[in-house]
Formats: sequence, C-alpha cells, structure tokens
Amino acid sequence: MSEALLDMRDLCVSFRTARGVLPIVEGVSFQMARREILSVVGESGSGKSLTALSIMRLITDPNAVMTGEIWFQGRDLLAQPAEEMRRLRGGAIAMIFQDPMTALTPVYTVGAQIVEQIRVHQDVSKSAARKRAIELLGAMGIAAPRDVAGRFPHQLSGGMRQRVMIAMALSCDPALLIADEPTTALDVTVQAQILELLLKLRTDFGSSVLLITHDMGVVARVADRVVVMYAGRVAEAGATAEIFQSPQHPYTMGLLDAIPKLYGPKLKRLPAIPGAPPSPFERPPGCAFAPRCAHEVPACDTRPALAMVAGRDVACWRAGVR
Amino acid sequence: MSEVLLEARSLHKIFNVGSRFARGGRKQVQALSDISLEVHEGETLGLVGESGCGKSTLGRCLLRLYEVDSGHVIFKGHDITRMREAMLRPLRADMQMVFQDPFASLNPRRRVGDLIAEPLRVHRYGDAAKIAARLEALMALVGLAPEFLQRYPHEFSGGQRQRIGIARAIALNPSLIIADEPVSALDVSVQAQIVNLLADLQARLNLTYVFIAHDLSVVRQIADRCAVMYLGGIVEIGPADAVLHAPAHPYTAALISAVPAPDPASRQARTVLQGEPPSPTNPPSGCRFHPRCAAARDVCRAERPVLRDWAGRSVACHFPLG
Repeated sequence: MSEALLDMRDLCVSFRTARGVLPIVEGVSFQMARREILSVVGESGSGKSLTALSIMRLITDPNAVMTGEIWFQGRDLLAQPAEEMRRLRGGAIAMIFQDPMTALTPVYTVGAQIVEQIRVHQDVSKSAARKRAIELLGAMGIAAPRDVAGRFPHQLSGGMRQRVMIAMALSCDPALLIADEPTTALDVTVQAQILELLLKLRTDFGSSVLLITHDMGVVARVADRVVVMYAGRVAEAGATAEIFQSPQHPYTMGLLDAIPKLYGPKLKRLPAIPGAPPSPFERPPGCAFAPRCAHEVPACDTRPALAMVAGRDVACWRAGVR
Repeated sequence: MSEVLLEARSLHKIFNVGSRFARGGRKQVQALSDISLEVHEGETLGLVGESGCGKSTLGRCLLRLYEVDSGHVIFKGHDITRMREAMLRPLRADMQMVFQDPFASLNPRRRVGDLIAEPLRVHRYGDAAKIAARLEALMALVGLAPEFLQRYPHEFSGGQRQRIGIARAIALNPSLIIADEPVSALDVSVQAQIVNLLADLQARLNLTYVFIAHDLSVVRQIADRCAVMYLGGIVEIGPADAVLHAPAHPYTAALISAVPAPDPASRQARTVLQGEPPSPTNPPSGCRFHPRCAAARDVCRAERPVLRDWAGRSVACHFPLG
C-alpha cells in the first residue's frame, strides 16, 4: 500500500462525563488504499460509528476529546480549520447513514436536495446540476429518475431513499464514501441490490468505501479488507478472505462461530460467546475481551498491542501460539 | 406427528389506513389474505418474510391481540375467534408473546420483579410467598441472578432484557409462545445466547413456538417447520430444511439467494431480485409475486395460485421449482 488514501493513526475519542473522562475509541489505526472497500465491523458500543464520525469531524459534543491523526490526501483532517472541513464534507468525503429518512429533509423534493448539494460544492448552473442529479439517480438503478427527482422523501420506499442518499453522496465525485450501516434498515432482497451498487462504485466512480457494519455476512459479500473492533480497539485487521478463513483473535473466532449458518450441518446449540461486551465505564484494564475469552492466560492482565501474525494484525497475546 | 395445538383457518385481516379526508378517502390494506396453517405441540414454526408481509399481524391475530375479519383461530380445540373476553382470559395464560424490542416492552418505572410478577398476580397465581418463590425459579430458568429482581430495566443490557421478557412470558407455564423477532435487535454474540436459551426452555417446559423473524439463518437454527409469507399470504410452508435448502417457490429462492453468507468464498453471481414488494393497498392481480418473478407467465397474472402439496411441503405457485 504505497499511497494510502486514508491513514488513521492512533485515534482516541473520549467524553468528559460526571464520572470522569470516558474513553470510547482507544487508539485505532488503519489505512485505506484507493478504490478499496474496507469494512469496520463490531457490535454496538464497539466505537465503530464514532470512528467513522471522527473522519468527517461530525462529533459535535462539546465534551468530546479527540486525539490522534487522520491523514487524507496529504492533510491531517483533525488539524483542518472548520472552513476547510466544510468544503471536504460532501465534496471529497461523503457519508451515508442507516436511516435515509432522517438524513433527507421532508420539505423539498429529492431532486432539489441533490441539486443544492452539487451547487454548494461546484460552480454550475441550476439546469446543469439538475441534469447531473437525474443522471446520478439513473446510475443508481432507479427506473424513472426524472419522475423520482420530483418526489418527496416520504413518497419513496426505504430502498429508493437509500439510493437517493448514495446518489447525493456521489454527486461531487468523492474520493471516499463512508457508509454507516447503509443496509441495516432494509430487507434482504433490497439489501442485496444496495450492496451490488456499492460494489460498482469503485469501477464507475473510482471511490473508496469505508463500510461500517455489524453484519459479517455483509462484510464477506463486499469488503476487500476488514477491521474488527471490540470495546473501542482494533482486535484484528486484515484481508477479508484470510480473516474469515482463519481468524486469529478469539473474539473474531467467537463472532464467526456464533452466526447461525444457512447451510452445512445444523448444530444442536450455537457456540455463543458468554457474557456481553463491557460498558465503557467498566472496561477491564487488560485485554478487554479476556473476561469472555476461553483462552485467557495471566498475560491478558496487560493490554496486547496489535502485532503481525499470519499476514494480518492481531491484538492477542496468544495469537500464533495456538 | 404430535397433536395440533393451534390452527388458523382461512384468516383475513384488513386494516383501514389514512385519513378519510385524503384524496380517495381511507384506503384498505389487506394485511392477511386466506391464511391457513397448523402448529403442532412441541414444535417451532418459523414465520419469515420481508417487512410489511404481514408476519407480525399474523402473530397478533393468532393470539387474538388483533381481531380477524373472517376465518377461525382454534387453540387447544377452542375456537377463540369470537370467544367472550371472560371465557378467553384463562386461555390467555396459556399463550404468551415475546417482543422484539426489550427496551420498549418493559416499563422503565417498575422493578424487574414487579414486571415478571404481574402476569402471576393478574391470573391469581397465589400469595406473596408463592409468587416470590416462582420469581426466583423463573430467574434461574432464564439464567439471571435473583438479586436482579430488585433492579430497574435500564440497568440491564439488551440480552438481559430479552431474558426478562422471556421470564415474563413463561411465568404462567404457557404451552404456546409467539416470539416476534426476539433476537433481531441483539448483537450476534448475544443473539446466539438467546437462541440457545429458547431451545433449552422448549425442551424443559415442552413449549411450542411460533418464531417470527426476517433472518433465515436464525430460523433454520431454531425452527422445525417454516412458513414464508409474501404480501399477506403464505407462499410456501413445510419442513425448514426442505423449504430453505430446496425452495419450491421462486420468492423463497430469491429470498435465500439474497442472504449474504458469512463466507467470502461464496461470493458467486446471484439472482438479485429486482424491485421491491408492491404496496398491499393495491396488490397485483393473480399471483402477488408475478411482477418480480422471472418465471411469470400469463396464468400467473390472471389466476391466484393456492397452496398445494409439492415435494414434501405446500407451495402456492403455478410453476414450482424442482
């Protein structure tokens, strides 16, 4: 990876609360190449969404404290002035969310919203922007783009709204598209359509996609590389095929085993991971997964750092030993 | 085969939606049309389909939480469809529901002990000492510590709350439990625990489940038989392995192929279903699936297929697969 598009170095996000400073994201580092689809996967509370919001600098809570560096196209996003960030958001970096209904305003037609987005970032005429908006809607697989552009968000189905959101996000040819659980609210048949669309983005638009999800099935379907997060840290990161084939971190193993399978022998009981992820208030000082881990050893009382094992990064003392 | 515990005969349910001052007045949504099925004692019937297909409505109609417009629900030999509330009440203790969202289904102002004791009090289970003993036994059954009875719902994680919901449902020793997406809101590692718990309780308490879900892999893990719904009707019903591994209805086949498998090796080209389910206010003529079906012919547009026996299951299709 000679030329990384995005290089996150030791990102920490914490919140000042009545009970002291609460670390949520603790030292996350990863890199993304051009045209790569990278997935950040984790359970609720793992810090995956905050990681995505940090790239956009969209954490507006005055009590949030962010440290680290996020290098994008040769500049550190965390050091950019607000003015510059506003230019980047929706321009070079775009984001789509789980619920497109809340991200679209109900009082304008979706066409008008895409036109506005284009004209904020580019100096083009209204009619040219409108033409581009309809073109984009068509490229998103919408059958009657001219007709859809004239409709309001509430007149569209969930899948259509998500297509509109993606069209809007792509309107300024972003180098990076951040998709935060883009298909979680959708039915599987519509999810399959949206995933096909995301896969096409890199060839048609040359965009990289950072896909935030909790669904290992979605990861397996579209991601080139995957970052598995647990309790605010990276547990394991590497090529999707390798991680699914031979997971090295006990959490990744447990997560993959716990998913019920549609094919293969039917198990009498699902191999569940005991317990639940720790709340940010009670993260253990050592390895955060140790209390739920079947392979715990005394060394787990201190935090393992990410280390290269079997061609990927793993944060586990016993990785490679087993 | 064991005895039939619950039977639905030709259920129809219509909702009136919209304002009567709207253009065209109120609209009618046919939520259930001609649903017939049997649930046998001790089995789990999985009910799957996309959002809006009527699976939750069916679950509620089976418990008479909704009144049906026509048809009959027969529970343990009693026709409960038109039964007076006073007659129905003792039967209600025998049929319970577990809801999807354990955050919404537990009153935040009441202690867990109170919440679980409520059905016991309503149905005059016994004096305070007897109820207290029952509460402790229930907590042990669902794998929670008895101290938790004194706590409030917000102090629990999603998985623990779902255990509380289950404890409340089994408090009166019911024979039937209708579980509406009981694990959909949970993280994978916790979801596996709850699926295992439901299986354990079924074996210990001889429970019969109707398990409503949109996740086919979860249904395959837990269900003996599986019914697939589309736009208010059952399109296929039969042994879970037959339906999910050798689907006879094109819709079932499309649904299965849309599920992203947690295995990057299975990234083959799929038959991605085009379009989205049509609106139930204006269902298509003939077979309701025909506008999205690749195999549709003239007869599919004209005539609605009825369920008929086919390769070990029942299927509603003019040209079943296989």
